[in-house]
Amino acid sequence: MQRWPIAAKSSPSAVAGVLLAGVLSILILLAGPLAVGAQEVEPAQVTEDSPFIVFGSFNAVVDGAREPVEGVAVSVATEDGKVVGETTSDDAGQWEVGVPADGAYVVTVDDATLPDSLVLGAAAERTVELTNGRVRVGALFPIEAGTGPAGDTGDGNESSAASGDTGRSGVERFLQLLVEGIRFGLLLGMMAIGLSLIFGTTGLTNFAHAEMVTFGALAAFFFNVILGLHIIPAAILATISGALAGAALDWGLFRRLRNRGASLVSQLVITIGLSIFLRYLFLYIFRGDKRSYEQYAVQVGTKFGPVNLTQKDMWTIAICLLVLLAVGLLLQRTRTGRAMRAVSDNRDLASSSGINVQRVILQVWALGGGLAALSGVLFGLSESIAWDMGFKILLLIFAGVTLGGLGTAFGAAIGSLLIGILVMVSTIVIPAELKNVGALLVLILVLVVRPQGILGRSERIG
Amino acid sequence: MNWSDIISNALTAAVALNAAWFALAGIGLNVHFGYTGLLNFGQIGFAAIGAYGVGVSVTYFGWNIWIGMLVGILMAIVLALLLGLPTLRLRADYLAIVTIAAAEIIRLVARSVALRDFSGGSNGINGFSSQFYELSPFSASESYKVGPFFFSNGRLLFVTAVTWVLVILAVVMVWLLMRSPWGRVLRSIKEDEDAVRALGKSAYSYKLQSLILGGVLGGIAGMMFAIGTATVQPDNFQPPQTFFIWAAMIIGGVGKVWGPVVGSMIFWALLSLTENILRPMASGNYSVFGIFDFNTIMEGVQVGQIRFMLVGFGLLLLMVFRPQGLFGDKNEMALDDN
Repeated sequence: MQRWPIAAKSSPSAVAGVLLAGVLSILILLAGPLAVGAQEVEPAQVTEDSPFIVFGSFNAVVDGAREPVEGVAVSVATEDGKVVGETTSDDAGQWEVGVPADGAYVVTVDDATLPDSLVLGAAAERTVELTNGRVRVGALFPIEAGTGPAGDTGDGNESSAASGDTGRSGVERFLQLLVEGIRFGLLLGMMAIGLSLIFGTTGLTNFAHAEMVTFGALAAFFFNVILGLHIIPAAILATISGALAGAALDWGLFRRLRNRGASLVSQLVITIGLSIFLRYLFLYIFRGDKRSYEQYAVQVGTKFGPVNLTQKDMWTIAICLLVLLAVGLLLQRTRTGRAMRAVSDNRDLASSSGINVQRVILQVWALGGGLAALSGVLFGLSESIAWDMGFKILLLIFAGVTLGGLGTAFGAAIGSLLIGILVMVSTIVIPAELKNVGALLVLILVLVVRPQGILGRSERIG
Repeated sequence: MNWSDIISNALTAAVALNAAWFALAGIGLNVHFGYTGLLNFGQIGFAAIGAYGVGVSVTYFGWNIWIGMLVGILMAIVLALLLGLPTLRLRADYLAIVTIAAAEIIRLVARSVALRDFSGGSNGINGFSSQFYELSPFSASESYKVGPFFFSNGRLLFVTAVTWVLVILAVVMVWLLMRSPWGRVLRSIKEDEDAVRALGKSAYSYKLQSLILGGVLGGIAGMMFAIGTATVQPDNFQPPQTFFIWAAMIIGGVGKVWGPVVGSMIFWALLSLTENILRPMASGNYSVFGIFDFNTIMEGVQVGQIRFMLVGFGLLLLMVFRPQGLFGDKNEMALDDN
């Protein structure tokens, strides 16, 4: 038995924070030997020491996840054929060659150094230009699987079951994508309920909610892969950690801000700062790679008529439905749930009828954090785990919440379900790389036509 | 660590192109948020549309770059109208969500394979800026040292100087506008929109004008960024960039004419400082009394990550303890809208 490195005696309210700090510090210690590889969103800038650089990266789309390809040989030559630099891609698939001066360079990829399963999606030679004061130029070479359809180059989260079925009929494809969409939408719904309830009870739009999703997935990774627990207890522990983290955020930060009378706008900017901080903290600890859990990483699908589903997809759908039902019962049937809805409706009235508003808000944060963490685990299970997995779908969660009606729990769930279905099914008619655009357009259209959302009350909100 | 180099790099970063276009975009954001109270979380979308306006006009339609810049400005106005007309009647956070969504739509559509011939796909657009640099009085192959500031070539010096001139023009314009009756209406919308309506002013129309003005400034900022790097890369226009512009504006002080300018300079100088201090630490030559070596907690690739953790945490601390920024007025940020 490993000793738990946490001080045993502390006040109950501090336990949440201590637990969180403990988990993070262990993650920091143990993540050391994991592989390197960062994809940063860094403002473009000019390097001072070696001014002219040709760079690029090799990524292949394997089962919907983008995988870096290591060890691909690249050579950079001047236009008259004089080689100025050679290198191979690192374990993040990235490469960089410094060149002596500006001008045009020919970049050649040695396709014999690609893994056997992959081929180049375009010519192995490209000319790039460093002109007009540019000091860095990218040379991109698409890589595709040797057999099967071309990889998706867009952002997003593909599902393995949906790819490679171009030969099937339209109806079958529609049904398959519909089920995929329901799974994705239910996951979005679990994330959205917390966001919506927090908005309803405090008026705060929490931009850091996506990081709570990522936190859940990473916490489960820690319990599962690093501590060696099975994924099911790991998922339960991750959910509890998420709930504690949510409660700790409210107790340690947002309650204090509310009590000080900080404006909603400054609280919103604080959630943005928190989101940036946590995201890069996750990147620092977890590195830039995509990973998967020990169990259930690869599963063969089962046929249900025209629909192909893996076991984990079915379990995801079942767990989502159960949890959403439980949340529904909690909100409708229990005292706590009624108090949450009352505070959501009218905080002052709820307070004057004897409801402890601060405690209800704390419970809402814990509930939201727990749901976000659980959905993060399930999302990581069916796609892959990455440091920015939550941030990439934050706008879809917003879309679901807005479509359903800001501040309503059931609306958020239904809105998210519709958004999930829309995102998946729309790939029948639009390219997969644009599938999120459809959802974002719906978000804008809803605000134009019915700003209160599907289930929101039509009150004056201007 | 060579402190004179570190200071010199930080000073250079404070006046470099990145600081200049951030300042311009931040002035636009300040018109939106600092003066009118509009929550625009898609300023990078305006920058993107300005940059693509220029790039596409020159490379796809073959027009000259000055017409391209006009197109970029027009596109920014159209975007502001598209976003503002439906949402400015609604609560403030609706505009926030719509603008951030619109910025992502622009980026995703521009980088799509379907539009590769038009907007360059994920490789972006190159080779549209030569007409601009023909006006440059500086030599493209020489490096320049202006006081403590270093520019690796004449083109960079030229585009940076032009952008700073635009920044100063924008500052003067905003300063004059905000002293005018028009500007006073904007400021009163931020204070109390209902009172403005009660006095018979159309708050909606003023908010729309404010959105257009700030959006055009964002568009011009994006253009200068694109011309300065001689490329339009879709992934330079991701949502976090908007948050960084916000951070820069808040550092300087919301609702102050010079706030975004000073804020951008400080923001980029701090990024340069942390980079130049952390980088040698990560290489493992520095320890505290021989007990603790910094390279045990970070390596080269992680320096950038730590810098952005500092940005996020700094923004958080600033908002908690000094929401008015370094030079701002406490009342500008502390308005309570509960």
